[in-house]
Amino acid sequence: MPLSASLTALLPEYVLTLTGVLIMLIEAVLKPGTSRKPLGWLAIAGTTVTGILSFYQLHLGVLTAFSGSIQVDAFSIFFHLLIGSVVVATLLGSLDYFESNAGEYYALVLFGAVGMMLMTCSVELLMVFVGLEISSISTYILAGFRKGEGTAVESSIKYFLLGSFATAFFLYGIALAYGATGSTSIAGISAGLGSSATPRMAFLALAMMLIGLGFKVSAAPFHLWTPDVYQGAPAPVVGLMSTAPKAAAFAVLLRVTFCGFPPLMQHRWSMLLWGLAALSMTIGNLGALKQTNVKRMLAYSSIAHAGYLLVAFSALAPAGIAAACFYALSYAAMNVGAFAVVTQAGGYKETLRSFEDYRGLAIRRPVLGFLLAFLLLSLVGIPFTGGFFGKFYVFSAAIQAGHVWLAIIGLINSGVACYYYLRLLSSVYTKPVESASVATFDPTPVVSVPAGIGLALAAAATLMLGIMPGHVLHLANYASSSLRITSAQVPPSAPFTSVTPLTNQPK
Amino acid sequence: MVPTAYYLVLAAMLFSIGIAAFLIKRNVITIFISIELMLNAVNLTFVAFAHMWHQVSGQIFVFFVMVVAAAEAAVGLAIILSIFRTRQTLNVDEIDLMKS
Repeated sequence: MPLSASLTALLPEYVLTLTGVLIMLIEAVLKPGTSRKPLGWLAIAGTTVTGILSFYQLHLGVLTAFSGSIQVDAFSIFFHLLIGSVVVATLLGSLDYFESNAGEYYALVLFGAVGMMLMTCSVELLMVFVGLEISSISTYILAGFRKGEGTAVESSIKYFLLGSFATAFFLYGIALAYGATGSTSIAGISAGLGSSATPRMAFLALAMMLIGLGFKVSAAPFHLWTPDVYQGAPAPVVGLMSTAPKAAAFAVLLRVTFCGFPPLMQHRWSMLLWGLAALSMTIGNLGALKQTNVKRMLAYSSIAHAGYLLVAFSALAPAGIAAACFYALSYAAMNVGAFAVVTQAGGYKETLRSFEDYRGLAIRRPVLGFLLAFLLLSLVGIPFTGGFFGKFYVFSAAIQAGHVWLAIIGLINSGVACYYYLRLLSSVYTKPVESASVATFDPTPVVSVPAGIGLALAAAATLMLGIMPGHVLHLANYASSSLRITSAQVPPSAPFTSVTPLTNQPK
Repeated sequence: MVPTAYYLVLAAMLFSIGIAAFLIKRNVITIFISIELMLNAVNLTFVAFAHMWHQVSGQIFVFFVMVVAAAEAAVGLAIILSIFRTRQTLNVDEIDLMKS
């Protein structure tokens, strides 16, 4: 494998890493008190270049690098573009958000994005693990970035402890998979499974990995950290971490199940995912009903949306993969948009917290209120929004796979979800009570130009996905087919798998 | 020569003790240590399997886990320090500003 091929395959990651390092270096020499905005623009430029490079890779076919541990295909490029767009929108929204240490913030966001991108294009579980940790460690710090706020530090510690706990499960899964098959590469695992003497251990390995990744995507019953972490973390960071790392973890889950463990995708496994999906949707939506804090409500809604994604996944069919990809993108667009509105409405101090605080937002700030209304309708799944087509494809994939009851549970849940989204919507459009705490409103609210651009991009993406989903759906289908092609291939002979295990043999 | 299965059982026990400690203990540092215990149980599993398969790849994995665990510890201890500064406590039951 020539070095240049390895360079081409990971070029997007290199650009992003170098931009991040450059930002850290410039931050170190900048005088305190000078504006950090140029660094933010540098980060945005770097991410844009990364996106363009990823898009360019689409025409190069499947690239493998670093002894087959990296594989750049349409599937990974789809997620690269998703993560890149989320990062650009987040950075645009947070240019005027942080007053100090902004350079570190931009660098950490970029490093996190590098980790997430690595996760999506790794076909060696070692690299998946490293990518997962790069993204997790960056987001642990980002969660506590509003320094001096008790809730921010609390969110950070909760995210850190439970995230590391989940990582340990994921690692144990890898170890067991290694024990069952003698390889940690996804192709090697799939090859070793056929001759494996311990299929039960392989099933346990997959289950352990599912627990670890279930934590990361906050699927019930592994969701307990989500509400607290999302409530305490800075709003732009929540917009990022409720979408991009989740999408990356889903990409890993899809790749591991479809390419690594195809023989295990039997009835039992499908039922397990069925249960997870139903539980996540129900717990997420019922939990959101009684929330009074907007960020907390959106956290429960993100659990429910992880459930919808699992519905597509539990179909265990190509149509399901494409639906999951499409849903991940449409959810990313609307959720980043929703948190961008929360960012702009509340500001750094987060003056707007409860549903009551949002009362009359549309009257005081009509454009912001309208955008929030549109994004909430998309989260509900009203036609002409990305959320509608996302749900449509997810449920049709489930019905095609014979999971009619799961689709019915999902539709009932969508009905339940209407209640709390529309409750926020109605309070946004109601006149504020005069005696209420009017002081909580920022007296001179102005949305800065970059934040406005970010918000407009997210809303436009949501609208485009709802009006003409064709192009993106085509790309999602292409991504899903590239995943199938690689799984159908005869896996390359892993370097170490030929040795037979010598268990319990005295020497 | 100790059979591989013994190492695996020991690792599984360590992992379970780690989970139990994570759930039972109330001090943030102890909880963090229990996570490290879980990671080391995984490391032991890797080494045992590497021995079983006569490979080095499993042992190489262990080095990666160690490095990442060190990075995680650096960030984790910093976060623990900042929580102690703002709250003057390390008891997880008292870190509950966001109870709904």
